[in-house]
Amino acid sequence: MNKIASLIVGIIFGIGLVISEMINPEKVLGFLDLFGNWDPSLAFVMIGALAISSPLFHIIKKKEKPIFVENFNYTNNKSLNNQLIVGSALFGAGWGLIGLCPGPAISSIALLNINSIIFVVAMLLGFYFFKFINFDNKNV
Amino acid sequence: MNITNFTPITAILGGVLIGLAVAMFFLFNGRLVGISGIAANALTNKNNRFDNILFLLGLLIAPIIYSSFTGNEIKITISDSLLLLLIAGFLVGIGTRIGGGCTSGHGISGIGRFSVRSFVATLTFMIVGILTVLIKNFI
Repeated sequence: MNKIASLIVGIIFGIGLVISEMINPEKVLGFLDLFGNWDPSLAFVMIGALAISSPLFHIIKKKEKPIFVENFNYTNNKSLNNQLIVGSALFGAGWGLIGLCPGPAISSIALLNINSIIFVVAMLLGFYFFKFINFDNKNV
Repeated sequence: MNITNFTPITAILGGVLIGLAVAMFFLFNGRLVGISGIAANALTNKNNRFDNILFLLGLLIAPIIYSSFTGNEIKITISDSLLLLLIAGFLVGIGTRIGGGCTSGHGISGIGRFSVRSFVATLTFMIVGILTVLIKNFI
């Protein structure tokens, strides 16, 4: 059942990206163009998402166990370190260059746009390359 | 600042679906959605690999399902600079791994459970994203 849940959750998430137009890099770049022709839509996507997920998260975590698996499985990493800042800054630079982050990038493959496919291949290389970086504590 | 192309209704509506998806994944599978983590682990980690692949498959077929139900064509505008696409994709891939999350993992799952770490990460990638667009518009 957890397999079916994964598929359905992916579909709902993806449809959310389509309806909110976050699948379109132009919309995302409009949000990041704060000092130009600013498009605040992305902030409203986050508000909509947090308004639902945040209260539900706090209710669900009081349950003894999830419905389809035995245990809750998430890290409660609280460390604020250079790794967090450097990584997030590198991600922000890539995000600002094209306007795609991982979710929309993967969904946009369905549109068979060669440019988003090139982006995803480079992103997967980035994921893979991480293995070759040495950090004192790889707590990600 | 000059506000154009603002679509608040569809933004909230899409956001609600994303929030619902995040809550469902936690309720059913006990996991937090973070797409960079799910995609990277599908590639490099055996744990939950099939779950992760199915999640990604769902993301991938979502636009097709949307288009076939509504008849709406999905239009996107994306840069066609090969160099920029390769650099940006690589930075997004490696940056989200080093920083432990992306827009979904830090921005929604993390902030949703009031994680200071995720709040700092989100603030960082948004500020750098805004500066990147600012510099790009200058060049």
